Amino acid sequence: MDRAKIKKELEMLAAEGLPAEEPTEEAAPEPQAADEEQDAKKSKKAAEEPPRVNGLLETDYNARGFHLDVQVNPDQVVAAAEILDREGLTMEMVTGVDWLKENQFEVVYDYSYTGGELFRVVVRARIDREKPDIPTISEVYPGANWHERETWDLFGINFVGHPQLERFLLPDDADFHPLRKDFKP
Amino acid sequence: MDELIRILSYFVGIAAFLGLNLAYLGWVERKGAGHIQRRNGPKEVGPYGLLQPLADGLKLMSKQLIVPDNADRILYMAAPVLCMVASVILFVAIPWGENLVPREFDFGLLMIFSVASAAGLSILMGGWASGNKYSLIAGTRAVSQSVAYEVPMLITAITIVMISGSMNLNEIVRQQAGGFWHWNFLAFNKSIFMPISFLVFFTCSMAETNRAPFDLGEAESELVAGYITEYGGMGFGLFMMAEYANLMIGCSLTTILFLGGWQCPFGIFPGPHWFLIKMYFLIWCFVWIRWTYPRTTLWGLLNLSWKYLIPFSLVNLLVTALFIKVF
Amino acid sequence: MSTLLGQSQLQETFELNIGPQHPATHGVLRLKVTMDGEYIVKAEPVLGYIHRMHEKMGENRTWNKFWPNLGRLDYLSAIAYNHGYAGLVERAAGIEVPERAEYIRVITVELNRIQSHLLWFGAFVLDLGGFTPLMYAFDEREQILDLLESVTGSRLTYCYFRFGGVYNDIDDDFITGTRAFIKRFRPQIPMYHDLVTGNVILMERLVDIGHVSSEMCRKYGATGPVLRGSGVNFDIRKNEPYSVYPEFDFDVPVYTECDSMARYMVRMKEMEQSLRIIEQALDKIPDGPYIAEKVPKMIKPVKGDYHFAVEAARGTFSMRTVSDGTNQSYRMRLRSPTYSNLSLFEEASRGMLLADALAFMGSLDLVIPEMDR
Repeated sequence: MDRAKIKKELEMLAAEGLPAEEPTEEAAPEPQAADEEQDAKKSKKAAEEPPRVNGLLETDYNARGFHLDVQVNPDQVVAAAEILDREGLTMEMVTGVDWLKENQFEVVYDYSYTGGELFRVVVRARIDREKPDIPTISEVYPGANWHERETWDLFGINFVGHPQLERFLLPDDADFHPLRKDFKP
Repeated sequence: MDELIRILSYFVGIAAFLGLNLAYLGWVERKGAGHIQRRNGPKEVGPYGLLQPLADGLKLMSKQLIVPDNADRILYMAAPVLCMVASVILFVAIPWGENLVPREFDFGLLMIFSVASAAGLSILMGGWASGNKYSLIAGTRAVSQSVAYEVPMLITAITIVMISGSMNLNEIVRQQAGGFWHWNFLAFNKSIFMPISFLVFFTCSMAETNRAPFDLGEAESELVAGYITEYGGMGFGLFMMAEYANLMIGCSLTTILFLGGWQCPFGIFPGPHWFLIKMYFLIWCFVWIRWTYPRTTLWGLLNLSWKYLIPFSLVNLLVTALFIKVF
Repeated sequence: MSTLLGQSQLQETFELNIGPQHPATHGVLRLKVTMDGEYIVKAEPVLGYIHRMHEKMGENRTWNKFWPNLGRLDYLSAIAYNHGYAGLVERAAGIEVPERAEYIRVITVELNRIQSHLLWFGAFVLDLGGFTPLMYAFDEREQILDLLESVTGSRLTYCYFRFGGVYNDIDDDFITGTRAFIKRFRPQIPMYHDLVTGNVILMERLVDIGHVSSEMCRKYGATGPVLRGSGVNFDIRKNEPYSVYPEFDFDVPVYTECDSMARYMVRMKEMEQSLRIIEQALDKIPDGPYIAEKVPKMIKPVKGDYHFAVEAARGTFSMRTVSDGTNQSYRMRLRSPTYSNLSLFEEASRGMLLADALAFMGSLDLVIPEMDR
């Protein structure tokens, strides 16, 4: 595993995605290495904060629990997975976050390195809540199969190309996605 | 008239003896398992839990017999009965003492082997008729197991027949008179492999009776309860009792063929008590092994038989023939 | 094997439904197995029979009120889960933990790990058809449960940690009791090896069965003893040190055989190492408060993502939370180790005998409530 190489490749990948952004993400590009403390101060006025643009952040491990935080376009998650797979990282989990206010889903991929030196990478992509399609990475990491299936089950995020997108934890006849913020039991 | 009384008394005797044994072997096993496992075993019902078998019997008998919907009704009902009957019939040929034998057959050994095969058949019947996939797998396993282990068992028995020149069980015992060094398992003048041959026979009887570590037919971690999955009440009870009856037959046969039957180890006071001591000792070994060893797989079981036991028993057969010819 | 499977497409296969009520699945796991005779063509685990949506519960209650849920995920190593949650929120809210509290945490977590491995040991050999070791293992496990009960107040679903420390200080009785237990338990492990490990039948059933390569572990995200049995030296306690683990001298057992036996040996050795950690912790434990004094009643972490991982008995348990700056979590994600460990079962069990596959499943050490969450 080569940290610098991963960082460089992911940075390039995220930068590639910038011009092809969705209209909602057309905010003025910020300097990429945002300072963590500034980030913290900003949080108080969260509502006014513009949505994050694609790019790579180096985060403080002691404060956050991971080293790299990359946001890419939805169609780039497979490329990101391939970069990390080449370097021998493990897919730890795939999950979603429902940003109801921004009408978006965020799909979060956690990668870590189990070969010795500690390295955790978070890859995230934002998708439209009305049309939640994102390509599957289960061909790169077969272990993502169950995680993606669970994410579909609980969020209704459609992983395009997934071999078996069926109900997993919920009963087969469930017609809801309970982790959506607008879900009412 | 004499003959009638003889038949009647042996019938009653065997029934009583078997009834007592089948009930209390279960108790022995549970108590033995308990002590092997650092616990007490049954102790609530009666002193030392001695009334436990009675309570178990009452419970089993008071249960409703439920036949599963997609079971083959006749076979389903017949299987435990066949299993039990086949095991009980075998006791007719066992010589408990020199003059204490229900019926002295000239071909007693042959009779025992032929009837004992019915146990495998009844397991297949029960497994097939239950209409349950687990039972079916157990049934097929039991058959391949019986086939695999009857071969080395028979070859080893043939070795004994060659040594004693008779298939009459009482005759085989009589020839082992005069101290434990005359017993077949130490008959080095007949074949140098006799002690190992004894172990082969012992292992085979363990496999034939479906006891752990060879209890693949009822491997509970894979097949729930194997061929008895769908049986409740006395159907289950009969299978269990037949298992203990088979256990007794297996140990009796080993005693007769290798350990000198009713002969005394030191050549004095031979009699049925020696037979019982040896048989119960072997039964205890079965219990001991069952609660100590994990279960083999089907492959492991078949490999053991076809790759080790059968070639060895054939070699022993040849060596015995050679010894008999030369000496 | 490959020819057998190749032919199987022409032959008739049948479906066998193992579970959700089955003695080998240790809970409510269900396996949909397509079989060719005794060979497995495809074994598909079906989950969700004990799904309780803990993640949603994490989102609709305050940080403090989520504590009891942690004991109900992995009921066998619940204290490690407590530790994961404590670590996560302490990282997010910047709470300092007194050193004594960290030592108490390590002692209880390691005791919990031993009892989890003991139960696994018994249940695993039970899967293989040996009943007796279960009773031996439970004998020792009972001692640990008594010790933990005296300090945490519960025997199974622990809710012992608090933000900034633990709920209850340990006393001298606990310390002497733990020392006595260590003294008693140490000679038991060689006895287990005498009783079980060297057994011919056990070796035949475990050696070269259930091959899981390190590459497969990586692709599926398998961690814990499964990963260490595949020759990868990875233990969160060493690689991503948290709490006071760096202060202890212990080894991470690694076996390169990749089979069920390797996973078995890893767990057996881990018990010894846990004993070592407990011993050192008991020697070194400092005086002081067992819970931080200034823990805010209403915890409001700074907005953002947080991640924390601990080594539970079955592998990496990591928690990820998204805080929106309120007193509740916006999103709580629990990553349970056996979920990933079981996901490789379908690939690894292809072409196995049914009996071997169930032994292999036992060697993965599954706890179903943790998988289903």
